[in-house]
Amino acid sequence: MRKGNLDQVKHVLLVLSGKGGVGKSTITTELALAFRHAGKKVGILDVDLCGPSIPRMLSVGKPEVHQCDSGWVPVYADPQQQQQLALMSIAFLLEDSDEAVIWRGPKKTALIGQFVSDVAWGELDILLVDTPPGTSDEHLAVLENLRKHRVDGAVLVTTPQAVSTGDVRREITFCKKTNLKILGIVENMSGFVCPHCSECSNIFSKGGGEELAKLTGSAFLGSVPLDPLLTESLEEGRDFLQAFPESSTFTAISHIANTLLNSLNA
Amino acid sequence: MQCENICDTTTLKIMQSELGITGKKESKLRHNIHVFLCIACLNLLSFLLDCPGTSSDQAGKSSACQGCPNQSICASGATKAPDPAIEEIKQKMTSVKHKILVLSGKGGVGKSTFSAHLSHALASDSSKEVALLDVDICGPSIPKIMGLEGEQVHQSGSGWSPVYVEDNLAVMSIGFLLSSPDDAVIWRGPKKNGMIKQFLRDVDWGEVDYLIVDTPPGTSDEHLSIVQYLSGAGIDGAVIITTPQEVSLQDVRKEIRFCKKVNLPILGVIENMSGFVCPKCKNTSQIFPPTTGGAQRMCEELNLPLLGRIPLDPRIGKSCDEGKSFLTEVPDSPAAAAYQSIVQKIRDYCASHSASDVSC
Repeated sequence: MRKGNLDQVKHVLLVLSGKGGVGKSTITTELALAFRHAGKKVGILDVDLCGPSIPRMLSVGKPEVHQCDSGWVPVYADPQQQQQLALMSIAFLLEDSDEAVIWRGPKKTALIGQFVSDVAWGELDILLVDTPPGTSDEHLAVLENLRKHRVDGAVLVTTPQAVSTGDVRREITFCKKTNLKILGIVENMSGFVCPHCSECSNIFSKGGGEELAKLTGSAFLGSVPLDPLLTESLEEGRDFLQAFPESSTFTAISHIANTLLNSLNA
Repeated sequence: MQCENICDTTTLKIMQSELGITGKKESKLRHNIHVFLCIACLNLLSFLLDCPGTSSDQAGKSSACQGCPNQSICASGATKAPDPAIEEIKQKMTSVKHKILVLSGKGGVGKSTFSAHLSHALASDSSKEVALLDVDICGPSIPKIMGLEGEQVHQSGSGWSPVYVEDNLAVMSIGFLLSSPDDAVIWRGPKKNGMIKQFLRDVDWGEVDYLIVDTPPGTSDEHLSIVQYLSGAGIDGAVIITTPQEVSLQDVRKEIRFCKKVNLPILGVIENMSGFVCPKCKNTSQIFPPTTGGAQRMCEELNLPLLGRIPLDPRIGKSCDEGKSFLTEVPDSPAAAAYQSIVQKIRDYCASHSASDVSC
């Protein structure tokens, strides 16, 4: 077991949701890009072993994972630049990207333990941990292995409708039970503005995230709209924030990122 | 250095004897394996190789087992004996004519929404008995979607009674066992496994024409458990749900591989959230764009039936939030028509197949 790989990581932030498909990986990716644009050195640990989405969203392909004296070298999403965005995901360890990782809990727990301790992150301002939906092996494994290192807290992602917030309430209970500070709630997919006529449709309802924050006494970080340009950027692994700085989605994400940066530095 | 030499010899032996890997594939695999130097390397190698299975002759003895926390249990032979629950469940399931799993590698694509509406549609024929089992232990959405929040299960002499939405539509979910909507089920795999076993063995379903099983996203404990425990009884097949974008499809392809690995027939794939028609100007927007050809291209590549495409309709989410059936609330919508067409295909499939024809 490598010691000290997290010693030079200033802040650790988990991105959680009880619900699947609300945009955890999307928000993790966009926050990472926003933090990087703000001059921070960022790492992303993708502990969704069955459905690792981050590598595609950052267009890193299938690089080989190398080793150094301290452990596994993370993959850098920006090799031309100063290695400001480091990434580790099971996707890099699978030869065939369509291969299913059909593991029960104990095996997942063991690999996540190694991901947390044996990746040589080096100096990072912020390590974001993207998680699968739920409150099970992966989440417990991450927290248990991060126990020796300070975890600043968790960002909870929801979509507005009750079926989502219903699951996220359970995730909030998980955070309280594991003494994980909730930095705030993000309401994703919050309204869709038709590009043809600008009519706003609340496809997945609206306001549920904000209500959930009030109900549970958590901070509300903001709403991010449904934006096909964002989805397309993620599909193609493009930096949405660089490509569409005029959009209301950019404003929403930047606001959330700045709020988090302020609370981390406080 | 010493470690490197040991690893090299060991990895070579493993590759040659167990994987049959030679040539170009060998050097790529060797490189990846080479990463895992030192004592931990064999542990990590096991993650690249498949677990032989707890009931295999190699259980606990294969090189893939080294470092696995359960190795000693498997090696003792305790896991080789077939779980008696499988036979018990097989007996229980003799009164269930058809069993369908609703799967997706990806979260949030509409598995629970589809499972609920499939159940409603099948139960609209009052001569049919329908059962809906929710095995999403951490995120049970079915009670809310079926308008059954706050209901509790009761125990009788013949087991747990499911909750009835209609006379001919029964539902079971861990949601009914929780006393508060804030209760979190923070369980590791083995406990989830036990719950699923109980759902299949101890719920008094009675005579059922269709048992629909809603699952969480992924390919893990819940999925392995449901397939394992129904292996005696047989499963008609799986319906796979996706949304059009590649971020979904890449996870769904893994789910399809899972089905193939466990010999689970795939009825077909449904593309959900397939376009949004603006209620004002009636133009269509691809909110989740099919950048790599959507489910259609994936089905063509993998030779699977595309059962249908369901458009995004805000009234679907609203119905789910209110616990009502969208098919009853807005029966004339394009989305409802898409649902009904897909349901008919599933009815037809079941009519022409029998679960006992299939072994998992």
